[in-house]
Amino acid sequence: MTHPHLSRRSVMALGGAVLATGGTGLLLPARAAGLAPTPSMRGGSNNYRPGAPIVDRIGGGGFWMTGTVRRAGDGAPLPGQRIQIWAHTTEGHERDPQSHGATLTDANGEFRLEMPQIVPAFGQPHGHLAYDSGDFETVFLRPVMASSKDQTLAAHFVLKPV
Amino acid sequence: MIWAVVTAVLAVPLVAAAFSPLLAWRDPIYILAGFAGVLSMGLLVLQPLLAGRDLPGLTPLESRHWHRWVGVTLVIAILIHVAGLWVTSPPDVVDALLFVSPTPFSAWGVVAMWAALAAATLGIYRQRLALRFRVWRLSHTGLATVTIIGSVVHAMLIEGTMEIMTKTALCALAVLAAARTLIRLRVWDIRRRS
Repeated sequence: MTHPHLSRRSVMALGGAVLATGGTGLLLPARAAGLAPTPSMRGGSNNYRPGAPIVDRIGGGGFWMTGTVRRAGDGAPLPGQRIQIWAHTTEGHERDPQSHGATLTDANGEFRLEMPQIVPAFGQPHGHLAYDSGDFETVFLRPVMASSKDQTLAAHFVLKPV
Repeated sequence: MIWAVVTAVLAVPLVAAAFSPLLAWRDPIYILAGFAGVLSMGLLVLQPLLAGRDLPGLTPLESRHWHRWVGVTLVIAILIHVAGLWVTSPPDVVDALLFVSPTPFSAWGVVAMWAALAAATLGIYRQRLALRFRVWRLSHTGLATVTIIGSVVHAMLIEGTMEIMTKTALCALAVLAAARTLIRLRVWDIRRRS
């Protein structure tokens, strides 16, 4: 009697946990009236190192971190914004200085930075991004790759002026 | 024969994990933490079988002694697992322990850890607690069940060094071993023996 009960419980628990993960990913879309600012994600600032240098490429490259930066409310693209990026890659742990770098958004508010391949660490293949330059409120993101074989990952910022 | 199976249950997932490509990009302390976790899953298969005196060739007393020592090993392995992860990335472990981690498997793992430590504490203080045996046993097995379910969900949700087939098999065995012992001992029956 107890055995099917136990199995069902663990299956339900697993399913619930998976749904919960999906839920966190669905929190991003903006509300209809004015573009809402992107909230920082849980764990986004973990292993952050302030003042990562602006670089052409982090390490040997081969993987692309991409995204956009826009202003809350009207959604205007924000050029020249400094975005810091770090992750556990084939070339180092999140905490290692060589795993960190920064780039600037172009005229369209888009950024692209080549970096080493992100590999799963602490259970998920994920990256970290920060906006921390002071003109807008600080935001830390922690996007998760759909597959650890992906060679690109995107993250989008909607920033709120301070 | 049964001991060959027991050895395989412990060793095969460890060997499979040793071939993980992720190891190439990890520091030794992180690798050690991961393997302590893999070993813990294997020990979770063994513990219910020892508690149920299900392994042939062991007297009930030997079975209980083994249960005790495997329990001690399990607690040490859990502490190495958490400490190794802490050294590798302190903020991620702090988030997990405070239940604010972005990864749902962290909470399952932390719940399993506390349940395991509580079950071990009940084991150590069984005499001094002076609980009626069946009440003590239900408490201990209840915590052990939380440990096993928590650990299985924790492991299955993680993309890590464990190879997926051996991980799934190990988790299934842990659940089956626990269910078998719970049913065989009828742990929910806490009436006094007439």
